This record gives sequence, structure tokens and C-alpha cells, in this order.
Amino acid sequence: MDFTPHTPDDVRAMLEALGMQDLRELFADLPDALLEPDLHLPAPMSEQEILAHLRELAGKNASADKAFLGGGLRPHFVPSLVPALAQRGEFLTAYTPYQPEVSQGVLQAVFEYQTMIAELTGLDVSNASLYDGAAALAEGVLLALRQTRRMGVVVSQGVHPEYRQVLATYLHAVGAELRTVDLEDGLTPPAEFDDTVGAVVLQSPNFLGAIEDPAPWVEAAHATRALVVYVADPLSLALLKPPGEWGADIAVGDGQPLGNPMNFGGPQFGYIAVREKLVRQLPGRLVSQTHDVDGRRGYVLALAAREQHIRRAKAKSNITTNAQLTALMGAMHLAALGPEGFAEVAAASVARAHALAEMLARLPGVERVTPEPFFNEFVLRLPRPAAEVRAGLGERGWHAAAPVPAEYGANLALFAATERHDEDDLAGLAAALKEVLA
Amino acid sequence: MKRDFPTLFERSRTGRRGTRPPRPAEVDLAGLLGAENLRAAPPRLPEVDELTVVRHYTNLSRRQVGVDTNFYPLGSCTMKYNPRTGEAAAALFAELHPYQDPGTVQGALQIVYELQEYLAEITGMDAVTLQPAAGAHGELTGMLLIRAYHESRGEGEQRRVVLVPDSAHGSNPATASMAGYQVREVPSGPDGEVDLGALRAALGPEVAAIMLTNPNTLGLFERKILELIDAAHDQGVQLYYDGANLNAIMGWARPGDMGFDVVHLNLHKTFSTPHGGGGPGSGPVGAKAHLAPFLPVPTVKREGGRFLLDFDRPQTIGRMRSFYGNFAVMVRAYTYIRMLGAEGLKRASAMAVLNANYLRKKLAGVGYRIPYDRLCKHEFIAQPPEGLKALDVAKALLDYGYHPPTVYFPLIVKEAMMIEPTETESRETLDEYVEAMAEIARRGLEDPEWIAHTPYRTPVRRLDEVAANRKPVLRWRPEEA
Repeated sequence: MDFTPHTPDDVRAMLEALGMQDLRELFADLPDALLEPDLHLPAPMSEQEILAHLRELAGKNASADKAFLGGGLRPHFVPSLVPALAQRGEFLTAYTPYQPEVSQGVLQAVFEYQTMIAELTGLDVSNASLYDGAAALAEGVLLALRQTRRMGVVVSQGVHPEYRQVLATYLHAVGAELRTVDLEDGLTPPAEFDDTVGAVVLQSPNFLGAIEDPAPWVEAAHATRALVVYVADPLSLALLKPPGEWGADIAVGDGQPLGNPMNFGGPQFGYIAVREKLVRQLPGRLVSQTHDVDGRRGYVLALAAREQHIRRAKAKSNITTNAQLTALMGAMHLAALGPEGFAEVAAASVARAHALAEMLARLPGVERVTPEPFFNEFVLRLPRPAAEVRAGLGERGWHAAAPVPAEYGANLALFAATERHDEDDLAGLAAALKEVLA
Repeated sequence: MKRDFPTLFERSRTGRRGTRPPRPAEVDLAGLLGAENLRAAPPRLPEVDELTVVRHYTNLSRRQVGVDTNFYPLGSCTMKYNPRTGEAAAALFAELHPYQDPGTVQGALQIVYELQEYLAEITGMDAVTLQPAAGAHGELTGMLLIRAYHESRGEGEQRRVVLVPDSAHGSNPATASMAGYQVREVPSGPDGEVDLGALRAALGPEVAAIMLTNPNTLGLFERKILELIDAAHDQGVQLYYDGANLNAIMGWARPGDMGFDVVHLNLHKTFSTPHGGGGPGSGPVGAKAHLAPFLPVPTVKREGGRFLLDFDRPQTIGRMRSFYGNFAVMVRAYTYIRMLGAEGLKRASAMAVLNANYLRKKLAGVGYRIPYDRLCKHEFIAQPPEGLKALDVAKALLDYGYHPPTVYFPLIVKEAMMIEPTETESRETLDEYVEAMAEIARRGLEDPEWIAHTPYRTPVRRLDEVAANRKPVLRWRPEEA
């Protein structure tokens, strides 16, 4: 089935208006050699049939709504109003708000989102969103290099390994140098930077879940006029001292914990926030308040001179489509919870994770690798390879023990807990892990 | 004067609560997290009840138009109907974590695998990655494949230039820069197509690639495409296909058969996934066999009856995105392709082209100028009658209940209005739109004051963009602060 409204009469009449008899004439400007290839695709389906087919495929997956998996992406409770509002057709089926008079809905919602991200990070300005945490990191680092006119980047090994891989791809393209500082006992050791370094990157809580002390890196970076890019899980910012207060210049992260389902890894959204002086270096869309000819408050896309459709080859980034709807879901989520609710969710997640870590570390041969203090994710050393353990848990209906890349050590597994887990869930996982390791 | 629409922050009252999480046990945060790590004050988020949140966003949505509410012929953006089936489909797969055991996500991996295959078939490419998160992200991925290919042949240092037509999307030159290339513009000829002579002259051993979209941004099919690609390939130059305009030719021709080496698609344009006010989209990249070794990891492969994440690509350009891409967008596109099948996709493109040509003809009949008045594909460029500005016509359209076309793009046409009706609009909608355009032209010429001050009936009227750029206000702050 397709979604075209024309009846055979419509098609005939419209072709006639063009002096044509046959739809093929619409493609008369294509070389014959190219025309009408045989496409081998499955036969069309009705809505009822495709949904039945998809339900069958969905049946081959095991829901991870109670997963103890992390990596910045976790099952968190999302208030029902978030998807309900985000599914409104006006938000869902609009595009970039180029026509502000009929786009105040998206523009104001983005303005409010920008305000919330600035509040969370303790920085001055947020953009409208980026694709994900990894792209936000890459863009944040490129921003720092533009500003400092330097080509050196130092990154802590505590930054999510997939983010570092994406960063390496982006930096290779522009010929920048990337140096990684290995963790020591789960934490980033102090480092010194020379004056070729334009960006230093730290994540807290780091990939192993540990809360870092960013002060030495911030101090060392600023001593050589390098900028600090701080990767932070937005949920942690409900409770922890924000990047801006630590002295970071740029904060980036992945927004999934704010109002978005896990979606098997995407979409979520990436956020980036910066100090005022870096505004004109920001990539992507930015919404500004202004007023209309009658003096009414309104909102527009601003500082477009940074962007690809104006600056072309000299743009700050090539980004156009970002992750607007998922970012607005983040804003709706924060609006629904408010500061107290948001802090309660974070505290519950922390409490569950600490309770779980204690239970699991009591199992024979299991040892916690993440040092105190940690937030809501942590790493355990298991007596066997994590992938095997994860598979064993999976057979028992539990999702946990994501394999940690070997660069961090052997047989390491990542765990997380959230407000969605209750005490029975924790006990159930502990029992299952005991069985798998037995 | 009407009252301003309040922000959520202005609706906030200290101590008011919205959604309440389950009652938490007392948590010793200072003990667990370290007192020195705690924030001194909570973030100043709005404190509002649930009804206020719902009413706020519902009323905001009423200050917004989308495809669901209005005809939205925004050129180059393919604002077609987004079936709700796609939303129902995506919801079936929302609660999956990217790090769960691959044995527990076989259904999801099957969708990824099959969508890779379908897109390869539709574009005529050999291998596809679904990792890029949007069109421009796909462009960057594609250009990095080309760069890795040249580097693997020892020509990385030599080939430093990317050719881009002057009619190209702005993201093309921006992408080439991000991929570390210098950009050289190639002029269009008087027929609106790439000037083959100028292009041949621009080719050389320093050129790495040409980025093209076909049909181009004027909505015209590049008729000399086969000669053009042969000329480029003769010089070792790779051909990049910007798939933003694929909606014109699905099932009628394939970029791979034209000779393109790499292509990106916009699932949120061609394959009907919603645009979401500016994403999330998805920008898969298809590559010919010689570029496949460089694709980002992981891709999904099939071994017997099992679907696996494949990280084994020693020559990969690396990773472009965390996890596996915008999976929930892929599910919607998969749903769309399975519903239409090959015949449905072909019909969709035919109807898109029919609607565009019908509209082109009709608008020419009511005073609009068509600078390239020949058979177009899914979109075309119009100019307002002499004496009117594209911007004013766009603003007047708002009062008539239409989202305007893309204006002032491509840059090579003065007062350009780029109109893409898509295949999902009915003949009545197009006819009514033409009537409105005719009335705007007539009235605008008669009454320049009227059109210069349109719109009158929108939630806000023309906004002061100069003030916003000179002194941007990028966040809400309390008045006293």
C-alpha cells in the first residue's frame, strides 16, 4: 500500500494538463540505460500485516526495561505525558523552524530547553541539540580547537570508549592530534599540557562510574590556555556539582536519561553548553528571544552566520538536522519532574546502584573495580569473561554485565541501576549472577 | 496588545510539584557521593503541576504548523505524510539496550540487516551502514570513506580538493571542509545543469571527489550524468551522491547504476520518518564494493540464521556515532518500505514528480516565473512576478494557511522559491494552493503595503531577527537578575 491520494481520474487529468499520456513521460529526461531497474524487495503489506510482522520480530527480542546495563544509556522511568505530548503532530511533523511566525511552538520549546541545559550544566548557553553524546563531544572538541587555534587534544581514558572512537574519527579528518591519558585505579591521574593542546577532555562520572576530581585538570588546562570539555551524564547533574562550577568551558553529554526510551541505542540527543565567550563558535541551531512588529515576545533561529546554509565551506559544522524532538522530550521530562522530582530520581538511582554493588561484590570471585565515590554505574571484575556471563544472565531473563573493553582490564563488566529497579529486582539479579558464576 | 505566551519558567511557583517518582528511602548523598562533589543549589528548573505542563506544550503545539496540520511544500525537505504506523512500529522496540546480549535482540538486528539490504537494492550500492544520525552526518561518513580509499592507494596527500556545484546544498561544502578537504565550486550552465566543460576543466590529479545531487537542487535531472561520471572516473575521482532528492527517482533509476561510488540517504525525507522539528533523522550511507572495507563499525551481518554485530573491518574509518545509529528511525523506514514494496516506491516517486510538474505548470499560468521551465523532477524553482519579493510571498502564504516553500535557495537563482509538493498531497490541495498563490500575486502587486506587512493572522507577526543576532537572548532569566 502507498499513501498517494490520486485516483486514476486525477492522474489522467494531471497528465493531460502537462500534455502527457503516460507516467513514463515524466522520466523522459533520464538516460534510457538507467530506467526502471528491477527492484527486488518483499511484496507490499497492509498496515495490519506489517504490524503483525513487526510484532513477530519484536517477539525475538527480550525487553530490557529492567536492564542493569549502562554506558550512559539506561532504563529510566518516563512520565506518560512525555510521549503523549511529543507525539502531537505539530511537533512530530514539523521541520527546522525557518518560518518563525508559524513555528513558535518548537522555537519556544527549544528556548526553554536551552535554558534548562544551561541550568543543569552551570554554563551560560546551550544550543538546540546535537545527534548524541559522542557527536556532542566531537563538536565540543572541534569548537575548542577553533577557539584556541591549536591542534592538540588530550582525553582521559575515563571518557566513554565509543565517544573517544567517534572523536578519533572526527579529529583524524581535520589532522588534529589526540593523546589519551590512561586511568590509574579507575581515576584520571593529574596531567600536564603543553601549549599545542587546545582541548582537554574529562568525563565525570567516568566510564567506570567513578566521580572524578576535575580540579587538577581544569587548573592545568587553563594554565596553558587550553579549554576544558567536560562530559557529564545529565542525570548526575541533578545532584553533582555542575561542569561550569568546576571551571569547565564546554559541557557535553548524552540526553537519553532525560525522557527518552533506550531505542536500542538511538535516537536520543546530544547536548552542548558553553561559556558566553564561545557562543559564536557553537555548532548547530540556536534559538533567541526577540519581539515582533507589534512588540510581542517571540523566538527565532539566531546567529545563522555560523551555519552551513549561510557559510557553506566556512561553517562551524555541517550539521543541519539535529535531534530536536528527542531534546524536547528531555525538556518535557524535566518540566514534569521539576527540580525535586529530578533529584529524587537521581538519588533513587544512586541508592539502588550502591545497594546492588554491595550485593554483587559479596559473590565469590567478584570484585568491584570502580573506586568510591561512584554514581549509578559501576564495574565489577568477574571470574569469567563478561560476554559469557551476560549471555548466561540473558538466558535467565536478566540483562546485565556489559563487557568492558579490554583496554580497561580483563573480565570487567559494567552494571547500572536506576529508580526503575526495586529490591526484588536487585535480589533477583544477584541470585541469577550467583547461578551463572557457580 | 495581546499578552505574551508565558514561558514554563514564568509559570513556575516555588514548591509546586509535577510527576512524583516512587517515594524514595532516605539516601545519604554526602556519604555516597562525597560532600565536596554535591551541587550547592539545585538547577532552577520550572516547578509546575502536570496539568500546567500538558497545557503548556499542547498550547505551544497550537503555535506550530507541521505536515499533519498544513500543506508544507518546503523544497529539498520532502515533507510527505508520516504514517502513524511508523510510530506504532517504533514503540514495539523502544525498550532495548544496545549492550544487551545479541542473542536477545535478534529481531532488532534482523530489521537493521534487512534495511541495509533494502537500501542497497534501492540505491544500487553494494554495502550500507545505518550508523549516521542525519543527512549531513551521512555526508561526512561518505566523504571519509572516499578519503580513506585515496589514502589506501597512496593518493591521500595528492587529492586535496572536492568539487561542488554552485547549486549544491550548503551542507556539501561544509562537509568537505570537515573531512579535511578544500572546496572548489563548479558553475552551472545556462540550462541549470552542471557545466560539463567547466567540470572537465576542473578535474585533475588533485581532485578527490565530486559531490552531486541528482536531480539537482533546481529539481532538474542532470542529463549528462553518465558522461560526467565517466570523465571523473577517468581521472580517479570519486563520485558522491547527496540523496536528499532521492524521492524523485525511487524505482525509476538508481545512483549506483549512474556510476556513483557512495550515496547517503535521508530516511526522514525519502522514507517518511517524521522530521520532528529538526530531527532526529537518519542518514544511511551506501558504498560500492571498493569503498565497503572502510565503512564505519559495527555493521550487522548474517551467519546462518543468526544476526551479528560485525566489528571486523580492519580498514574502517572508525566509528561515527555511539551504539548503532538511530534505530527507532530505521524501524519506521523499514515499516514504510515493507508497506510500499518496489511498486509502491516507484509510484510514490512518479506521483511526487507528477505533483511537482502539475504545480509548475499551474503556477506559470498565474504569473509566477519559472526560470528553468522544463520537465522537473520532485521539485522546481519559481520566482514571484516582477515587483514582488520571495520573502513577502512566503509571509503572505502563512496567512493563507500554507507553509512557504524554501526561499532564497539555491543561491544561483534570484528570489528563488523552491517548491516540493511531495506525492501525498491531493489535486485539490494543489489547486487551492495555486489559487492562493494567484491571489497573493495579484493583491501583492496592487497593494505593496499589504504584502510588506504580512502575516497578520499568525500567533506572532514578523520578528526582529536583526535584534536577535545583534544581542541574542539565548536563555530565560528572571527579570530582576
